[in-house]
Amino acid sequence: MAKSTTAASSTAKDAQALFHSLRSSYVATTTNLKIIDLYVLFAIFTALIQICYMAIVGSFPFNSFLSGVLSCVGTAVLAVCLRIQVNKENKEFKDLAPERAFADFVLCNLVLHLVIMNFLG
Amino acid sequence: MSGSANQPSPTPSAAANVSTGDSLFSGLSLKNLKLKTKQQEVLIRVSILGLVYILAFITRLFSVLRYESMIHEFDPYFNYRTTLYLTEKGFYEFWNWFDSESWYPLGRIIGGTLYPGLMVTASLIYWTLRFLRFAVHIREVCVLTAPFFASNTTIVAYFFGKEIWDSGAGLVAAALIAICPGYISRSVAGSYDNEGVAIFALVLTFYLFVKAVNTGSLSWSLASAFGYFYMVSAWGGYVFIINLIPLYVLVLLITGRFSMRSYIAYNCMYVLGSLLAMQIQFVGFQHVQSGEHMAAMGVFFLMQVVYFLGWVKHLLSDTKLFQFFLRFTVTCSIGVGALALGAGMASGYISPWTGRFYSLLDPTYAKDFIPIIASVSEHQPTAWSSFMFDFHILLILFPAGLYFCFKKLSDTTIFIVMYGLTSMYFASVMVRLILVATPAMCLISAIAVSATIKNLTSLIRTKSRSLLSGSGKTSGSSKGSSKNSLDQSPPFGKNVAIALLVGAFYLLSRYALHCTWVTSEAYSSPSIVLAARGANGGRVIFDDYREAYFWLRQNTPPDAKVMSWWDYGYQITAMGNRTVIVDNNTWNNTHIATVGRAMASDEGEAYEIMRSLDVDYVLVVFGGVTGYSSDDINKFLWMVRIGGGVYPVIKESDYLVNGEYRIDQGAAPKMLNSLMYKLCYYRFGELTTEYSKPPGYDRARGVEIGNKNVQLEHLEEAFTTSNWIVRIYKVKPPSNRPKVIKRPRIM
Repeated sequence: MAKSTTAASSTAKDAQALFHSLRSSYVATTTNLKIIDLYVLFAIFTALIQICYMAIVGSFPFNSFLSGVLSCVGTAVLAVCLRIQVNKENKEFKDLAPERAFADFVLCNLVLHLVIMNFLG
Repeated sequence: MSGSANQPSPTPSAAANVSTGDSLFSGLSLKNLKLKTKQQEVLIRVSILGLVYILAFITRLFSVLRYESMIHEFDPYFNYRTTLYLTEKGFYEFWNWFDSESWYPLGRIIGGTLYPGLMVTASLIYWTLRFLRFAVHIREVCVLTAPFFASNTTIVAYFFGKEIWDSGAGLVAAALIAICPGYISRSVAGSYDNEGVAIFALVLTFYLFVKAVNTGSLSWSLASAFGYFYMVSAWGGYVFIINLIPLYVLVLLITGRFSMRSYIAYNCMYVLGSLLAMQIQFVGFQHVQSGEHMAAMGVFFLMQVVYFLGWVKHLLSDTKLFQFFLRFTVTCSIGVGALALGAGMASGYISPWTGRFYSLLDPTYAKDFIPIIASVSEHQPTAWSSFMFDFHILLILFPAGLYFCFKKLSDTTIFIVMYGLTSMYFASVMVRLILVATPAMCLISAIAVSATIKNLTSLIRTKSRSLLSGSGKTSGSSKGSSKNSLDQSPPFGKNVAIALLVGAFYLLSRYALHCTWVTSEAYSSPSIVLAARGANGGRVIFDDYREAYFWLRQNTPPDAKVMSWWDYGYQITAMGNRTVIVDNNTWNNTHIATVGRAMASDEGEAYEIMRSLDVDYVLVVFGGVTGYSSDDINKFLWMVRIGGGVYPVIKESDYLVNGEYRIDQGAAPKMLNSLMYKLCYYRFGELTTEYSKPPGYDRARGVEIGNKNVQLEHLEEAFTTSNWIVRIYKVKPPSNRPKVIKRPRIM
């Protein structure tokens, strides 16, 4: 019994330390990337809300549900891709201009949401 | 082929000669010269590609020259019919088309049960040509669609080869795939089938995906999603793509080659590709619901977890903390994933794997459980001879190419190796999937050819350069100089290299000859018009199918229902314009089994079944007169098996004698009384088919038939074609009074 409580407390301590160091190192991120992160978080959050709604109400117009969730997931994934490409620390994308990366991102989003509009029906 | 590989050689040698002559000139002129060489190289490359493009088209025209511009085989007739409908009625009508002419009385929702890519493509080509004031018929467009797309495939193969290896390998790949029999078998002129377009889409998708992985660019990834969309719209084989690409990404992940580039390429392609694929009605929600697509989704989520972990690791400096985090995340994600999968499977939300998929993974599955898949000849496991027939030297070059790929391992070569190995496996499970393996075989073999020739020529060049004091000689001119240097240089290296080079060109020329021969002899027959050699060596054409379908169109009421085995369903609706009970879209097994049961029962029972299905005419295909072996008597056991799979009253053993399938005197009584037997051999006993043989001698099976005096009660012969290949019977209406048995009158 006592053993388990110490284990639990050490886990909690670990978690606390983890959050602490995560937060402290995240502060150093540039503002651009922070904005993208916020955008990604928002998209994931929206997707989760839709999934919860589906679990409560039901998924009857399945295409509408799918297009809603896929819109959020797609947006999030594309934004993560953009984040990877514009991040200065990624040496792989040194040659890629941020403008070009953003143009690609906009193009993909355009296609994504045009298809979604077709699919919502 | 050998010409294309030979051609580049004069260019550098000519340039080298000039350079030795003008060596006094300044660096500026040398630079100009270099540019010129480069231009020449581009010119040669483009002209070779152009020639290959034309070659790929014209080598597929044998069938048009031998026969005529016509649609081949079975499925293409359905595609032709739907294309005709699309061009006449427009896209919306086509999309919402309910076809009452097939699967009577059920009908078929065409728009929701077909891959529209091929029809839309052909219609677009047709409309474009019309717009440009070319007065073509839609049939010509349909006939030439497959060769046209084969030509386009060669261009894609060039770029693919260039991406994997270098432009030389790309050129060789284009030339190899242009004439590879494995591909030609499905893309000759007139073979208007989904595969003709789909292989183009398949290679395009793979090329664009590999390009996306190499560059890490969202736009290439988007392009590959569109390629995937085209593939999904064209052919059910898209399942191969949606499983191969995740597998490839997984392998990258395991081998530690996972990069941000592959993350971008896969995620964008998966999300957009599957969303686009959902727009095709026939595919619908399968990307999120069917078990075959779950691997792709699993890898998608796995990549998010991996990326997230990598990001956290990047943020954290403390390894101990990261390990704690890793343990936590991995436990959570595995738990959630397993829970979701289990819940999905248990609730039936995720459909289990289909029989077709199982039969691919396990070759014996279809034989035991799905007779309708096993009955199709192109679903049989592949024989060695057909590998040799379809690939020829590629079969030898393939392992060599694999060796080169492993030697220069990169993200792209891993992809082509995986594509090659998996598709080879599928090709050996099913004959028709040789088609999918063909591009991989051609690409990998092209790497082998290109790398070998490059090594050999560079060997020859360096030797001669060292001997002849720096003047660069190439393979073209080295043959002459080799004799001079023979007495000077002891090592055999160069001679061996020349011998190997000659051997390689000999092999490649044999390949070209083999391909041309196969195309002209084996793969160009439309199978709806049969050709044979007559006794005097001349060509005899049996045009019985079209004769019979034309008769149906002209002589039967427009709403007549025709019963035949499902093989001929598409042709009857397309050419005969009559309603059929079953056709080649084998979506309803019970319905097919009912027809099989009718064919296997005796006439009285069959009459009941036919009455219940409103059948007016029965069509059978019979090869006993001409010796045509793929007729209904030879397919009969499959009808029995498929019928028996649903109706246990039909037993296969009743139609066999000691496990042997016989039609002569010793045949089983059930066999002799079955409807199929009677319809095929009605009045056949009166006919002498071969000199010095008794009447009623079946030439397809080489025996005298068992029942020469066939009497029909409920059917009557309506039409038999000139060579007896197709026989059509009319189902009589029930007699309106009971049969009176004549007795001698008693006074």
